[in-house]
Amino acid sequence: MNSLRISLLRKTFGGLTAVNDLSFSVEAGEIVGLLGPNGSGKTTVMNLISGALAPDAGDIELAGRPIAGKAPHKVAHAGVARTFQLVRVLADMDATENVVAGLAFSREPTWGARAATRAGELLARVGLARHARTLAGELTYIDQKRLELARALALSPRLLLLDEWLAGLNPSELLEGIALVRSLKDEGISIILVEHVMDAVHSLCDRCVVMNAGAKIAEGTPAAVLSDPEVIRAYLGDASA
Amino acid sequence: MNAPLRTPLIAGAAMLAVLAGVPLVADGYGLSLAINILNYAVLATAWAMFSGPTRYVSLATVAFFGIGAYTVAVLGDALPWPAVLAAAALVGLVVAIVVGLSTLRLAGVYFVIFTFGLTELIRQLVTWYEVNVSNSIGRYVFLDISQEQIYWQLLALGAVLFLVTLLLGRSRLGFALRIIGADETVARHCGIDTTRAKVLLFALSAVFMTLSGAIMAPRWTYIDPAIAFNPVMSFQVLIMALLGGVQRLYGPLLGVIPLALLFEYLGANFPNHYSILLGAVFMIIVYLLPNGVVGLARRLRKADRTASPAAKEAS
Repeated sequence: MNSLRISLLRKTFGGLTAVNDLSFSVEAGEIVGLLGPNGSGKTTVMNLISGALAPDAGDIELAGRPIAGKAPHKVAHAGVARTFQLVRVLADMDATENVVAGLAFSREPTWGARAATRAGELLARVGLARHARTLAGELTYIDQKRLELARALALSPRLLLLDEWLAGLNPSELLEGIALVRSLKDEGISIILVEHVMDAVHSLCDRCVVMNAGAKIAEGTPAAVLSDPEVIRAYLGDASA
Repeated sequence: MNAPLRTPLIAGAAMLAVLAGVPLVADGYGLSLAINILNYAVLATAWAMFSGPTRYVSLATVAFFGIGAYTVAVLGDALPWPAVLAAAALVGLVVAIVVGLSTLRLAGVYFVIFTFGLTELIRQLVTWYEVNVSNSIGRYVFLDISQEQIYWQLLALGAVLFLVTLLLGRSRLGFALRIIGADETVARHCGIDTTRAKVLLFALSAVFMTLSGAIMAPRWTYIDPAIAFNPVMSFQVLIMALLGGVQRLYGPLLGVIPLALLFEYLGANFPNHYSILLGAVFMIIVYLLPNGVVGLARRLRKADRTASPAAKEAS
């Protein structure tokens, strides 16, 4: 049971309501796209789910357990792993150590030789096997993104939060990336995808939630929400609708 | 896991054996100098144990050192020596945990300033207590502990510290601290309870500093708050650790030996200009060796490696 339920989630910063009574759910093994124009509150939602921010109101339940407002390390132990919009690797450590960082403090910690072996498998999975000993800071931008994903997978997540993880990939890398994300779904991991790459949204997402100014304005299949007049208005303004 | 431990353990044991013999051959001045160096070695290594991986620069070193010294001044006559040391360690531990819980959420320069302020606060509190309650600003420490015994105690403390740091560097906790130092946000999202890890290490490092102050106290016969909580010591320890480099276990030692000798020389020959010269030394070190001697050695090795293929092509 890797399902996520969010109900009436709210977060304000001073006078700005960044997330306004948002409710949606993600079933086990489902990929949900979180869409919306810049500043609509997508990343804030990711931060609320992962524990980086505490909500002002509302509930978040993962596999039936409440996680709203808990410290990030507790949320991580509950089964939430994330990547960052601006990639964050441990630059002075090699790729293996970066993945061990995810393994060593997870729900079922792995350490020592077993962790090294497992890290090797995860690096191979994201296509970084030959960079096991490369310092993360010396990897290319794309490889750093792969490394971040391997580190997130090291936590054996129930729910994976990918914040623009596919942005900046070239067409062939994008195909690889899409195949990789789909293989995670097949393992039963639930995924929330914040993404502007529409090809990826169309081919990966089972459902999309569209936000504008902190509130949900549409929900449904990618094709349905992207032709919704209100969604088009949110992105392009009144004249286009 | 065992093979990489063997080399530093054998090297450490050999060094310990050699150093243990120093009081047998050194004269009074030599022994006093050796005690000084050992004291700074313990303080700088303990400082680097926490501040090295986490990159939280602490100026509270002398706060704990002074707490140790004062515990001896107050309890020295009342309890047997091992109990005095245990009491000092306990007081240092409790203060470190309270301070750690309240301050380790501060980052960067705020943490530096707080730790500096903390030292002043403790010094002023002790001064206030001594003036208003004890009615005397200074205290006398008359204990039957020889210079040789101080030296050996410091050496034993240093050996334990070396061992603990060595094991820590290979433990999950040590790894957690390196991740915290690299990116605290990532650390939290990897499942690390960063507050607990930081407080734990801050307290562990503080216990060694406190014990060092307790062991050193009988050397002075007279102490007052200005001596026991002299902020210059925090800066000296900081600069020694930085000169040596904090990323390696032996790094701080590389800084302690030359600087302890230099400070000794400056103090003896230029007592009136000591602070100015000390400041100049700080600036030179930070400017020329931002990563310490260890960092410099690593940079040279790296330059060597990148240069060698070119050299091969040329030949």
